[in-house]
Formats: sequence, structure tokens, C-alpha cells
Amino acid sequence: MRIAVLIKQVPDTDDVKLDPQTGTMIREGSGTIINPLDLNAIEAAVQIKRMRSIPCHITVITMGPPNAQFALREALALGADQAILLTDRRFAGADSWATAKVLAESLKKTGEYDLIIAGEKATDGETGQVGPEVAAMLSIPCATYVTEISDNEEYVVVKRMVEDGFQRQRIHYPCLITVLSDLNRPGMPTLKGKMDSRRATLITLTADDLDIRSDELGLMGSPTKVVRVTTPQKTRETRRFSGHAIEKGIVELAETIKSSVLNR
Amino acid sequence: MSQSVMVYTEIRNGVIHPVSYELTSKAKELADKLGSEVSIVAFCDTLQEKPEVFFSYGADRVIIAKDHCFNLFNQEIHTKVLSAIILEEQPQIVLAPATTGGRTVMPAVAGTIHTGLTADCTGLDIEPDSGLLLQTRPAIGGNIMATIKTPHHQPQMATVRPKTFKIVQREASHGVIRPFAVSESMKQTSIEVLEWIPLDSGSVNIQDQDVIIAGGKGLKRKEGFELLKELAVLLQAGIGASRPTIEAKWMDYPHQVGLSGKVVSPKLYFAIGISGAVQHIAGMETSELIVSINKDPDASIFQVSDYAFCGDLYDIVPKMVEIFSERLSDGTDETGSEKHVQ
Ligand SMILES: Cc1cc2nc3c(=O)[nH]c(=O)nc-3n(C[C@H](O)[C@H](O)[C@H](O)COP(=O)(O)OP(=O)(O)OC[C@H]3O[C@@H](n4cnc5c(N)ncnc54)[C@H](O)[C@@H]3O)c2cc1C
Ligand SMILES: Nc1ncnc2c1ncn2[C@@H]1O[C@H](COP(=O)(O)O)[C@@H](O)[C@H]1O
Repeated sequence: MRIAVLIKQVPDTDDVKLDPQTGTMIREGSGTIINPLDLNAIEAAVQIKRMRSIPCHITVITMGPPNAQFALREALALGADQAILLTDRRFAGADSWATAKVLAESLKKTGEYDLIIAGEKATDGETGQVGPEVAAMLSIPCATYVTEISDNEEYVVVKRMVEDGFQRQRIHYPCLITVLSDLNRPGMPTLKGKMDSRRATLITLTADDLDIRSDELGLMGSPTKVVRVTTPQKTRETRRFSGHAIEKGIVELAETIKSSVLNR
Repeated sequence: MSQSVMVYTEIRNGVIHPVSYELTSKAKELADKLGSEVSIVAFCDTLQEKPEVFFSYGADRVIIAKDHCFNLFNQEIHTKVLSAIILEEQPQIVLAPATTGGRTVMPAVAGTIHTGLTADCTGLDIEPDSGLLLQTRPAIGGNIMATIKTPHHQPQMATVRPKTFKIVQREASHGVIRPFAVSESMKQTSIEVLEWIPLDSGSVNIQDQDVIIAGGKGLKRKEGFELLKELAVLLQAGIGASRPTIEAKWMDYPHQVGLSGKVVSPKLYFAIGISGAVQHIAGMETSELIVSINKDPDASIFQVSDYAFCGDLYDIVPKMVEIFSERLSDGTDETGSEKHVQ
């Protein structure tokens, strides 16, 4: 069985603080991490490999700048067997369609994968579109919002979390799933895994290795174009209440709720 | 055929979800600027309302595929049927809800027919000269707003979160109903829906709630949520929770608000004993009115709050319960008995 995990390197927003004046993010000093949900995706692959009686091989794939190799090395330390770095200046500025295109072509090129696992969304782009787009380009089914996986030789059974409940679906291989954080608790790399991953050889592919027209690459190949970026100013007037003023504040709040919120 | 703005609607268990009317109303506004029609796409097994209901929100055509294959949601079938309709109808624009359904089907459609898709738009407009759709969405946790165009691909597609746009009802007008027959090949699927597990009775989808009372680690113990439930009963609210309370198993995952949980946008959000980490704020900052209670005067949550109460939640919440039950019960009595007096 062959599993591919799609991972993305994203800015580390864990210790980001908000600027009280402007309400914008203070980003200095933040490094990069593997997109948190992609850690759940890696863990899911590792668990399947551990449970399976037949041999199982895990490939992690990322499209990004050369330093995205560190994300791949971390994934190797967490239990992946092979890592592919898709890096090329011509990939830069890709929207979700153009990202999915590169990922889909690299998946076609590098193997017959039975199962492809992605995060539901990445913390930087937050589109949640790349997974289903890759599946569509490969003409395979896709299950999103997965919180439970049990698998079998021919198919996978997933539990999907949707608005008003859960759905259990059985999907035949090959297929793609996108996962939520409730699925599992990501493991920690072993010391040996860390050492080995530092020396591991990565496979690097560029646009020349993939079967994609040049006008479908990167910024130029992206159907969507960002035309303008604005920073919204903080609009809320915070009214603070402490000590004896609290009761008065609650009364005022009650009036506000009555006149605007519950006015139905 | 004249040009159209298409809406992919959401129908759950035979009931049209309000986001479908929100998008129809917005589509009408865009179509008026373009001189185009509004066409609605509805997939269902049964439908409680009449499809004509969409005409009073501005629809000109309703393309309805009524088939047993839509009884339980199967993303593969939705993708095939919607892609086929788009290829046939050639709309200029397609709007869809940014629900788990729309966010699954629309990217698959975008990948299938090769066009752009912008997720979670909060603003949609038409650029006067080009007639292109301007799609505005928050990026980096809402700290930046990006405006996006799809200049060279058709249709231009966007998803929109529920409660982003207002429902505008119009004079009852008329239009065309077009039944769409789902072919056997479109029903071919490698996905089998085994089971549908609704949320426990009593627990509701918090994304549909007007009011959410959310609790955090500051509650200190599981029982703290019982106190919040008292407030929730008074305000007919749903219960939200920060991630650590989910990890501690004080609440179930469907209640988690934030980056790795649900994104909510109620009229009123209470953050109680929640510090206001960016990952939590990303899930609730578009709420209309935000009220927070925290004993730490420097808590980040206060920066995004309209009402900030600094003190011990175990003092403040009971006081709220007391004052709210005095002040909010008259006139808006849930039983409606007061309303008959006049
Ligand atoms: C990748 C990633 C994804 C994440 N996703 C999410 C997510 O989706 N949702 C989410 O919520 N978090 C998420 N987090 C976690 C997030 O970073 C914070 O750790 C979390 O939101 C903190 O939860 P909290 O505010 O309940 O707890 P704490 O930060 O511990 O805050 C508790 C607050 O309660 C106050 N308090 C304590 N006692 C009292 C009292 N008696 N009265 C009044 N106030 C009191 C304290 O002053 C404090 O501000 C994520 C983190 C990462 C790294
Ligand atoms: N550049 C990339 N390289 C590899 N995988 C990616 C990349 N971008 C997105 N993904 C995958 O797609 C998921 C959703 O990302 P997004 O659609 O950007 O929110 C991520 O969790 C990854 O699994």
C-alpha cells in the first residue's frame, strides 16, 4: 500500500500577539512550522502503516521554497519513508488551483498512491481548497472533515464532521481525505528519527520534471488574482467594567441585548 | 440564453438552509448590476418548501434536481451534477455557501472545470468597467482583507459563510422552474454513505445560533459549563468552547470555536474564561457583539470585545443570570404569552 501525505510549511503563529492599537498581528520572530493539521495527516498515515499487515510506504510531499525541506525532514523524523520537495521559482505565487495542479501532477508522476492525506486547511491561506482540488484533478473521490479513519484492504471508512452531525462513508481506493485535529494526537519524533532525517536524501522536482503547461504555473497560472490588500482598522469600542461598575455594565448590556440582539 | 449569476443552494434534510436565501439575495444585487439573471441550483430528495420560494428572493430560474441519490450527502454525486449543470448553463458567476458541503463540492468543481474559487468571501461586488466579480476575503486571521478577481476563467466562483449577507425579500415575482434529470452515470460513485449520525438531541450546531456562550480554561472544571448553560437557557444560546476545554473532555469537539474548530459569526458571543489566543479569535471575531469575562485585566480577549468585564467569572456570571432573567424575560417571553396582552 502506498500513502502520500501533502504537507505545507506555514509561519508559526503560535506566539503571535495582537497589537492593541491597530489590532494587527505582530509577526516578528516567528519561524516556520508544519501546518498543524498536516501533522494530524502524517500521524494518520503512520498509524495506518503500524496497523497494516501488508507493507505500507509513506511519501510526504510539499511544494514550497527550498527551505521547506526542513518541514519534510521533520515529517521523515515522524515516520514518513520518503520525501519529495517541489520547488521552482515558477511555482511562486500559486493560488489554490495552481498549487493543486503541481501537487496532482507530482502525484501522477511519482507513483500509484492508494491513499492521499491532506489537512483540512492551512493556517496561512485558510482556503481548505487544495485537497479537494487535487482529488478532482486526479479524478479520485475525496472525503473532507475527517475525524476518524478505519481502513481495510480495498477501502477506507471515514467519519466526517459536518454542521449538524457526523457521516460515515466507505470509499474505495484510490482516494484522498482531508483531516481535522480531532482525528488523532500527532506523535513526537524520536531522537534516532531526527538524526536519520537530517542525513536523508530528498527527491527534488522542478517544473521541468512535471507535465504542466508553463501558463498553468504559479502566479501566471493562477485563475484568481489578488488586486488589493487592505488592513482593516479596529472597529470595536471596548467598554470596560470592573469592581462596582460591573453590575451597571450588566444592566447596560441587558438593554443592548434587548434592543438589538433579541429584537426578533 | 442570457448571462446568469448562479447559486448552489444548501438543503439539509429536505429543508432549505437560510444561507441559500442570503446568497440568492446577493446574487440578485450582482445580477442587477450586470443585467443578468439569477439561477438557483437545488439538489434534494424531498423538499418541504416549494422551489418557487426562491422567486421572492430574486431568482429568475430554479434548476431543481430531485432524486433519491441526494437523500444522504454524497460529495462525488454533487460534484458531477453541479459540474454538468455549470457546463450546460455557462453562468458568469457561481456563489455557494462556505459550509462543509460547499467547501467540499466547490473546490472539486473548480478542479474539474478549471476555474478559480475564492473561499469564505465577506464582500462581493461588480467592478464597474470590467464587469468582473470583486471577491473580498479576510486573510491571516482577519488581519488583512484581500480583494480578488478571476479575470480569465469562467465562471468566477466564490464561497460565502452563512450570515455574511442579508436576506432581502422582494415582491412575489415569477420565474421558470427547470427540472434536471440526474443520469445513471452521474449516480455512479465509489463513495458509499454508511450512516448519518445527527448531533445528540439538545445539542445544536453552534454555527446556526444567534447567541453563543463560550467557556474556556478559566472555568477551572467541567461543571463550570453548567453555569454557562443557565445563561444559555435565558438567551436561547448554544454553547461554545476553547480548545483546551475540549482536550480536557469538558465539552465535545463540535462545540470547539477557533482555527481548528468551527468559525462562528453570531449576533452575540460571550467569551467566558477565555484568554483570547489568536487561534480562538480567528473563529469568532466577526460576531456582531462580543462580551468577555476575564479576571486578567490584560487578557487579549478584551481587545476584540465590545463589553469587557474584568473580574471572577464565578461572581459575574451568576449576576448576569440574575439581571438578565429580570430584564430580558418581560415582553420577549419565550412562551409568547405577554404578546397577547396588547
Ligand atoms: C495550531 C493550533 C490550533 C489551535 N486551535 C484552537 C482553536 O480552534 N480554538 C481554541 O480555542 N484554541 C485553539 N488553539 C489553542 C490556543 O492557542 C489557546 O491555547 C487556547 O485558545 C487557550 O484557551 P483558553 O483561553 O480557554 O485557556 P487559557 O489561555 O488558559 O485562558 C484561560 C483564561 O481564563 C482566565 N480566568 C481564569 N480563571 C478565571 C476566573 N475565575 N474568572 C475569570 N477569568 C478567569 C484567565 O485569566 C485566562 O485568560 C490552537 C493552538 C494551536 C497551536
Ligand atoms: N504548497 C503545498 N504543498 C503541499 N501541500 C499543500 C500545499 N498547500 C496546501 N497543501 C495541502 O492542502 C491542505 C489545505 O491547504 P489550503 O487549501 O491552503 O488551506 C494543507 O493542509 C496541505 O495538506
